[in-house]
Amino acid sequence: MQRTNRTFYWMVVPAFVLFFVFHTIPVLQGVFYSFTDYAGYGDWSFIGFENYANIFADERIRDSYLFTFQFALLSTVLVNIIALAIAVGLNARIKFRTTLRGIFFLPNVMAILVVGYIFNYLFSYTVPYLGQKLGSATFSTSILANEDLAWLAIVLFAVWNATAFAVILYLAGLQTIPTELYEAASIDGAGSWRKFRQITFPLIAAFFTINMVLSLKNFLNVFDHIIPLTNGGPGTATESISLVIYRGGFQGGDFAYQTANAVVFFIVIVAFSLFQLRILMRREVQA
Amino acid sequence: MAVFGLARRETFKVNWWLTALMCVLSLTVLIPLYFAVVTALKTPDELSGSGFGLPADPRWANFAEAWDLTNFPRAALNSALITVGAVVLTLVTNSMVAYAISRNMHRRRFKILFFYFVSALFVPFPIIMLPVVKQTSLLFMDNQVGLIFLYVVYGLALNVFIYVGYLNSIPRELEEAAMTEGASVWTTFWRIIFPLLAPINATVGILTCLWAWNDFLLPLVVLSSPSAQTLPLVQYVFQGQFSTNYTLAFASYLMALAPMVLVYLVAQRWVISGVMRGSVK
Repeated sequence: MQRTNRTFYWMVVPAFVLFFVFHTIPVLQGVFYSFTDYAGYGDWSFIGFENYANIFADERIRDSYLFTFQFALLSTVLVNIIALAIAVGLNARIKFRTTLRGIFFLPNVMAILVVGYIFNYLFSYTVPYLGQKLGSATFSTSILANEDLAWLAIVLFAVWNATAFAVILYLAGLQTIPTELYEAASIDGAGSWRKFRQITFPLIAAFFTINMVLSLKNFLNVFDHIIPLTNGGPGTATESISLVIYRGGFQGGDFAYQTANAVVFFIVIVAFSLFQLRILMRREVQA
Repeated sequence: MAVFGLARRETFKVNWWLTALMCVLSLTVLIPLYFAVVTALKTPDELSGSGFGLPADPRWANFAEAWDLTNFPRAALNSALITVGAVVLTLVTNSMVAYAISRNMHRRRFKILFFYFVSALFVPFPIIMLPVVKQTSLLFMDNQVGLIFLYVVYGLALNVFIYVGYLNSIPRELEEAAMTEGASVWTTFWRIIFPLLAPINATVGILTCLWAWNDFLLPLVVLSSPSAQTLPLVQYVFQGQFSTNYTLAFASYLMALAPMVLVYLVAQRWVISGVMRGSVK
């Protein structure tokens, strides 16, 4: 076997160095600082696991984990059910297919933050107006100002936004299924639901796995959705983990403490992704 | 193939009930946008009620005022510069890295490098956010150029994965022929492989473009000077000034969304097929 051509090394070494400097070193720095009391400036000293011990006792951080997981799980489930249904609809014998597909993908080309401000207005003024007309006590005031319901507004907006991309991934999956399979099933007298259960779903299981993992990972990092809708409020009711790290780290002088929080978050995300992959992959094999 | 298409068209019966249902569902996407457009054209007095009514007399001046207030041309130029820079550099560098990796996957170092890049997909941004901000300001990278740089470097994780998948499906005979005729690895890549990558370059280009243009968190933490702010960031910064004047704010939001929406309307089929290709690979 011949030696690797030198040029190949020249092609990857600069990228490797840059990636190491701008990605790996920050990760290592984050882990390093998490064992110190560094405020982001000035002197610091090692304090062992004190930050980690404090995190588990910190109510604001615990609430942010609860909110983030509640939000991410519900959004992931909703996005995948809705997107799969829309994708199946778009893949059926309908008119205006290209136009409709174009419309459903539209939210994905718009900045989440900016559309979020539009939704903020809808939730603050239009929904309460309609709520009053319909005589609903809950919806006659802005749900963004309601401590118990504000998170659902964020779920609604996140689902609206993320469905766009998921629909396209599912459509890509659906188009890999040969139409002959459905024709054969029709001849055998299978109804729509049976066709979906026994042909469609098993054949796009891989896409389902990817979509579930991707959505959950994106939703656990939620930040852009919250800033325009509630900015973490009312109080701290809708603060996500990312938002707490951002605020504490940059505005609160808790640099080291929040890097420790980020390390915990990282471990949680990896554990969750691996767990999810295992469960979904096992399903795929069975199907 | 043609015969098959014809046969299919004959049995193609449009399901009108489903078409109607899908049209109604598409309103969930369109209604908020309709709402944004009519609000941006109203006077503040017209805002009461459900907000869905048309303005009596469209007030185009909202756009002119928002244009001046947010210094729209500067923010749009920053966004365009960062997006174009990130897309061009990503296509040129990330494809090259992926090529070297895919053609040497049998070697341990390259295989490790592949997994090294791809494993970064699992690292959430908050963990590197705080150190990166210190690093970029130390290296004088807290500006548009620094941001381009970060998009290109962080893009490696996903792009190497997408490119390698595609490169593995390109037969090696072409490059082997070129190399036996004396072409170097460098020329072979740029003259033969890079042009073959056109479809997947489109995919990577679209994803990078949407990411860099719409991103909020990275510009928020990295950019230090107000003159470097991107379009989404400007909407955030100006919330204070907008707080009482919703019509102006909505005009500003629409202008921030418009460039990418217009590009999308023109290139819709191309964008969607590009994204689909990325997901099948």
